[in-house]
Amino acid sequence: MVQENVVEKEKEMAQKGFEPRILGFFCHWCCYAAADSAGVSRYQYPPNVRVIRVMCTGRIDTRFILEAFRCGADGVFTGG
Amino acid sequence: MCTMYCPRPVVDTYNERLDITRAPHIDYAQAIPSSYYIDAKACLRVNYQTCNLCAQTCTAGAIDFTQKPKELELEVGAVVLAPGFGRVDEKVLEKFGYGRFPDVLTSFEFERLTCASGPTEGHIVRISDQKTPKKIAFLQCIGSRDETCGNGYCSSVCCMYAIKEASVAKEHEPDLDISIFFMDVRTMGKGFDDARRRAQEKYGINVIRARVPRVDQVDGKLALTWTTGDGEHHSALFDMVVLSVGLESPKDADIISKVADIELNQYNFCRTSVDAPLVSSRQGVLVAGAFQGPKDIPESVTQASGAAAIASELLADARNTQTITVTYPDEDKALEEEEPRIGVFVCHCGVNIAGVVDVKAVRDYAGTLPGVVLYEDTLYSCSQDALKSIAEKIKENRLNRVVISACSPRTHEPLFQETLRSIGLNPALVEMANIRDQCAWVHAQEPEKATEKAKDLVRMAVAKARLLSPLEQPTVDVTPSALVIGGGAAGMSAALSIADQGYKVTLVEKNRQLGGNLKRLTWTLDGQDAAKVLKDMVKKVKGHKNIEILTNAEVESVSGYVGNFTSTVSQGGKTKMINHGVIVLATGGREYKPKGYAYGDSNRVLTQLELEEKLARGKGFLRNAKNVVMIQCVGSRGDDMTHCSRLCCTQAVKNALKLKEVKPDINIYVFYRDMRTYGFYEDLYREARKAGVKFIRYTPDRKPEVIKQSRGIKVRAFDELIGEDIEIPANLVVLSTGIAPGDNEELSKIIKAPLTSDGFFLEAHAKLRPVEVAVDGVYLCGLAHGPKSLEESVAQAKAAAAKATIPLAKGKVAVAPIVSKVNQDICIGCGICESLCPFSAITLQKVGKRKKAQTITASCKGCGICAAHCPTIAISMGGFTDEAIMAQIHAFSPDGCEEA
Repeated sequence: MVQENVVEKEKEMAQKGFEPRILGFFCHWCCYAAADSAGVSRYQYPPNVRVIRVMCTGRIDTRFILEAFRCGADGVFTGG
Repeated sequence: MCTMYCPRPVVDTYNERLDITRAPHIDYAQAIPSSYYIDAKACLRVNYQTCNLCAQTCTAGAIDFTQKPKELELEVGAVVLAPGFGRVDEKVLEKFGYGRFPDVLTSFEFERLTCASGPTEGHIVRISDQKTPKKIAFLQCIGSRDETCGNGYCSSVCCMYAIKEASVAKEHEPDLDISIFFMDVRTMGKGFDDARRRAQEKYGINVIRARVPRVDQVDGKLALTWTTGDGEHHSALFDMVVLSVGLESPKDADIISKVADIELNQYNFCRTSVDAPLVSSRQGVLVAGAFQGPKDIPESVTQASGAAAIASELLADARNTQTITVTYPDEDKALEEEEPRIGVFVCHCGVNIAGVVDVKAVRDYAGTLPGVVLYEDTLYSCSQDALKSIAEKIKENRLNRVVISACSPRTHEPLFQETLRSIGLNPALVEMANIRDQCAWVHAQEPEKATEKAKDLVRMAVAKARLLSPLEQPTVDVTPSALVIGGGAAGMSAALSIADQGYKVTLVEKNRQLGGNLKRLTWTLDGQDAAKVLKDMVKKVKGHKNIEILTNAEVESVSGYVGNFTSTVSQGGKTKMINHGVIVLATGGREYKPKGYAYGDSNRVLTQLELEEKLARGKGFLRNAKNVVMIQCVGSRGDDMTHCSRLCCTQAVKNALKLKEVKPDINIYVFYRDMRTYGFYEDLYREARKAGVKFIRYTPDRKPEVIKQSRGIKVRAFDELIGEDIEIPANLVVLSTGIAPGDNEELSKIIKAPLTSDGFFLEAHAKLRPVEVAVDGVYLCGLAHGPKSLEESVAQAKAAAAKATIPLAKGKVAVAPIVSKVNQDICIGCGICESLCPFSAITLQKVGKRKKAQTITASCKGCGICAAHCPTIAISMGGFTDEAIMAQIHAFSPDGCEEA
């Protein structure tokens, strides 16, 4: 069953072009600050990531990552 | 409304006359004060007693034509002069076609064109035909370094701003062909050389070293002719010419001088001295910014803080005598406990967000989210009137949770928290969705996807907002003293200022004596006796009752946080504990010791400082000297150190003039890359040329060589003008070796203060917070921050002292409420949190018979490592609870994601 789902998804991806939905956990002090400066410098990057700010990547509980995948994330980005 | 209804168009001077506005207007949306004003010269009511339309349409009734100018008399203890700079006369610009040819612009006009909120919304167009130009030339030194217009000095800022404007233009129009005509490229500010290199590499901006004498118009284009250093003549046509105009003394400098009874220098700027750069000739009258001499923003901001420090020294006795305490209304706890009533405010940020993201669509989407009772869009959420209106709407709609969908919480959250506080809501009840820095700005080419992302971010923020709860605002007392690390000119100046303001200082110096690099200096750049400056400073420090000096001492560890640091200092094998509220880093730098150039092989090869030391002992060593060769940028701007050391050019010129003074028939050759004698130091450079010192430019791929011979040494170098190598037999070779960072790495780790790639301490923000570091309560000055002159070090030290005394004067610091909290009923006392906490901010305490974890609120930084690792989920983080983060994760899915 799971295998079939994966095959389905792969087919869909091949047709549409894969646009992953990525959930990011960014550390307030480094990665989140860096993402802000990327904006200030007008660096352009693909709009596929949604960001949750945390005060440290140490805050990230494994449950958060598993929950993100369960909620449909194709990838999880932890930046710290 | 007033602007809309006014029938009287006026030229928009804020936009450099490139646009029109109406008699009542505001210069720009974030102007301070953020209120509209009436141009009295244009107003029909003021001049002809007619019209009055604006007063009738103003719903706030804020226009009152009966107001008259008033004379105010204020009693003050100090005056700070900060009138800024004046404009170069248009007559000077006419030589370059300005006023005759429409496509010759000043750099100020060009700046408005490149600005997103400017008259063309950032589109670069020719004034003559409104078309996008293809080729642009920037001409430097217009009204600077030009005795014919009376401005012999260098304006210091134009080289960098031209590069910035060119980069911004290239970003907007990648196909532009931009050339900048420099005499010397003077990008000597911290990090400026790096920025220039990046601009040249990334944008392909052409750097041409030539002075263009005039501009002509040929077939609607602008013709330039110039001669390069190799003697070749060139000419080319451009679509637009930008004149990089310099900074003059303010137009009314003479009046200011008379009114304030202060002396001006020969260029009509305020006269100051190297050891007291912010003090005018009249006691109690201080100066900051461009009126003291042309300078850029970081330096102006630094000087402003420095002047504030001196004013505080003068007013130390009066501190806390006229304070007004801000009071906040009591929190409406009942409202906070009600079901979430969320208001969402989506910000346009002018065109910053709205230019990409469909703000109205995001706003309407927000209205569909559960719990949202109010959803609106605002032009600039952070402007004063918008904040007021947000506050009113929160009250009107009895909101108890607020989502601001705008820029970064890192920069703006405190502002909105303050707004909530001002109307009796706990500041922790606001959440921000960052749809500017992390959305509109980075997805400028994909507006639809950016709008989708913005909606997702708002949905996630609303989900979190539903679960926000009020947090306590703890404050702790401050230890009213400072630790100053480094006893050089900067450290001593900072210590003196803090002590003069009435606080205790511990000054730690690792050497046996105070003085740092100033000990080795013979003359200051303005020719004063450096030893005397040093002696005076040391005397004051040693005699000050508030300063404790620890020499031969080093800081070993620092713990705590702003207001309550505890440091251990080792001195002669003993360690000492010091409690203090703030830290000033003034650890200095050191002279770079060169490799190559026969340095160390021949006693005829010296550094500039070594030459000064020799000269100070007498001129005997010059008895048979005929030729002296100086080589600039040895070490700096190269492989070993990429930064520019800022003051070696002036130091070389100063020493060359000294040599000429003691031995007028001596030949001096200075090999340089760009002579960076910025500001009034340009006078010394001109003087040196007049005295016969020869300046020869070299490029880094053809560096001069120092060749040791059986008898003496010679220097071989390529002379661009004659196109050949030349050889100079030299009696003395003096290397301008530049300034290397001190051993900052260890201290950087102890304090957790980051360094730049060059090894200097990094300030929190180059322009806005130039003397603070990222760690709260730690301030920075002198060579520890980067190469600079004595004058600049002293000004910066005063600035650091001004900032450092803020927490000391307040007496209390607020601790961010995002700390951890242990539910001791669930805690099993396993101690994992205690072992993992990087700040030792959680400990096990005996509660009854069992051990339980407890947070030390003042030390906790809110990182949440404890919460993530607690096996019984007994720890909760203020503002970042498990529930709130989980809600954000669930809201990440557009269709919602139910709890498992």
